[in-house]
Amino acid sequence: MNILSLENVVKKYQKHTAVDHISFDVPKGSLFGLLGPNGAGKTSLIRIITTITMADSGTILFNGEPLNFNHPSDIGYMPEERGLYKKMKVAEQLMYLAQLKGMSKKEARQKLTDWLEKFGIFSWWDKKIEELSKGMQQKVQFIATVMHEPKLLILDEPFSGLDPINTNLIKDEIYELNKKGTSIIFSTHRMEQVEEICEQIVLINNGKKILEGKVTQIKEDYKKHIYSVEYSGVLPHLYDNGIYKIQSQENNQMLIKMEENQHSNMVLKSMIDAGVQIKAFNEILPSINDIFINEVGTSQE
Amino acid sequence: MNKLWLIIQREYLTRVKKKTFILATLLTPIGIGLIAFVSGYMASSSTKAEKRILIVDNSKVLSQDAFSSKNITYTLSTSDLETAKGNYLSNGYDILVEVPKITNINDTKLTVEFYSEDKLSLVILEKIEHQLSKSIKNYKISQSGIDQTTLDNLKMDISLENAIKSGDGGSGDTSSRMSIVISSMLSYIMGFLMYIVIFVYGGMVMRSVMEEKINRIVEVMISSVKPFQLMLGKIMGVGLVGLTQLTIWIILIPIIMMVVGSIYGGDMQASGDTAEMLKQLEASSDKFSIDLLLLEIKSLNWLLIIPTFIIFFLGGYFIYASLFAAVGSAIGDDLGEGQQLMMPIIIPVILAFVMVPAVFNDPDGKIAVFGSMFPLFSPIIMPARLPFNPPIWQVLLSIVILIASVIFMAWMAGRIYRVGILMYGKKVTFKELWKWLFY
Repeated sequence: MNILSLENVVKKYQKHTAVDHISFDVPKGSLFGLLGPNGAGKTSLIRIITTITMADSGTILFNGEPLNFNHPSDIGYMPEERGLYKKMKVAEQLMYLAQLKGMSKKEARQKLTDWLEKFGIFSWWDKKIEELSKGMQQKVQFIATVMHEPKLLILDEPFSGLDPINTNLIKDEIYELNKKGTSIIFSTHRMEQVEEICEQIVLINNGKKILEGKVTQIKEDYKKHIYSVEYSGVLPHLYDNGIYKIQSQENNQMLIKMEENQHSNMVLKSMIDAGVQIKAFNEILPSINDIFINEVGTSQE
Repeated sequence: MNKLWLIIQREYLTRVKKKTFILATLLTPIGIGLIAFVSGYMASSSTKAEKRILIVDNSKVLSQDAFSSKNITYTLSTSDLETAKGNYLSNGYDILVEVPKITNINDTKLTVEFYSEDKLSLVILEKIEHQLSKSIKNYKISQSGIDQTTLDNLKMDISLENAIKSGDGGSGDTSSRMSIVISSMLSYIMGFLMYIVIFVYGGMVMRSVMEEKINRIVEVMISSVKPFQLMLGKIMGVGLVGLTQLTIWIILIPIIMMVVGSIYGGDMQASGDTAEMLKQLEASSDKFSIDLLLLEIKSLNWLLIIPTFIIFFLGGYFIYASLFAAVGSAIGDDLGEGQQLMMPIIIPVILAFVMVPAVFNDPDGKIAVFGSMFPLFSPIIMPARLPFNPPIWQVLLSIVILIASVIFMAWMAGRIYRVGILMYGKKVTFKELWKWLFY
């Protein structure tokens, strides 16, 4: 079952097509990455999902129903450009935003108390937003996004501007929410975070989808059969043995590229036969970062 | 609906709870009271500061008892000009006036010289001129051999009164000069009030829209509510703030004025310039009295004026606040750039305000009728026409047009607003705004 399902979604601004026939599914309870370079159409897409703007054509199903104006109360959205009413007090602000998402006053107060206590910031209740530091405001913003217990959480660059401690704090909360069943869409171009957090990604560029799938699968698909080997002893002088090619070699450590139709066991065998001691042997998988650069590069050509 | 209510509540409460709002709301009536107090004080103190005038009369036509004035005492000098010049100050006089010989009785112009250490106010100079010309005129009359009673009999006071009693007014009031003066004043006050309301509260809406856009809170907001709801809630919330402020002023200002009035006793209104004005009114119409003034104020068709004024107040505010909201959403962070976008709002308001005098000079004239129909002018012009009992069908038609325009403007502003608030870093032109309408 998918929490969100997009099919052939198109959004045009005058002559520029921001979203060009994009289709993908976000499974329920997944950690989903929406990737793309700046200006790829991520924000346009997110604005369509959050009902801020409407798609020109295409269908969008939220939890199996066509997306409508009742759904925003099930969606929590943290935009990249954070914003809060500077003159409002923390509690006032959060109560207001939660009520706009359809919570009752009583519920909102209860949730607010829980969250502030959880983050150990209960003393901020009567502080004005403008009195808080940027990182502190970020925490308030996060609470505002998740307070109404959305089924789908959309986080645009959620860790930008946070110190490592607060990054971990927020990350843990995200994992916890996900464990409870919240589906989460990350929009980011910090690839190491994508690799760490996301199970599944979709990559868009110039409004078009160029890559989609499970992170592990994508890495598998893009691997170049390169292995790193650490050894001791003397390597047989067989640079072209039909099994592998050495790409680099330095201090008993080398990178080798497997020849086609060869298997890693063959490499090991040939080395063991030659009396070389193998200390470490592992496959080098491409990073999402490499795939991203590679794919965005080719799609722009 | 519930969300709209939440937005209205927030917009209202955050403003009303602000210290600046509370101060402005309370200080304005106090300020007005203070101005009244100071001007009352100055009026009462200026009556004490009498001017003493010494006259050297070379014409020998003036007589001491012909002079009478409240704040100025005239004394005919017995010595000649040179000695008078030397000692008029030490004898306690403020001004020395030399009236020359009258050589030809048919002359209609006479230059009189005066000596004074101080700069004299225009009011004082005019009073002296008036006194002298009255005295010399009396002399000329007696010289020409005209009998005073004959002269008095030549006078004829004309007072124009409307013979048609207004049929539906009920009270059968006659439209006297006094009622026209009062109607004009009321007309001006209501027009002015609308002008202020549009700029102050319309501007408040605009600033608030800009602030939300600059703070980037707007994207969070419209992921929960529709942009139109947000705009509408803001306009209504600020409108309620305006109504609150005006209500407080309407209650406080008369109370403060009454307090100030009681400090100076009853003669506050009969001192200084007001007294002069009333005297002139009295001179022009024998029927003048305070009772009549009150009667005229009472006889205005308040049952028409008050509800209609409220309708136009709300309608006018709504039209202009919508426009301000639309412009605010398009401007973003650069107010300087936004100046040209504000022009189409500012110009009609100022034009309408400039038209107000033309309206009370000719309340059923072409300008007045056109102005009270055109929806960008009518919120100012129609209230200005109300004291003059405009035809009911015109009032109703104007209200219908106004309501239709409110809906249209809100729709249009909503279209621009929903695009504008998400548009950053782009200089917006009118052409662009036009395109946004049809996105």
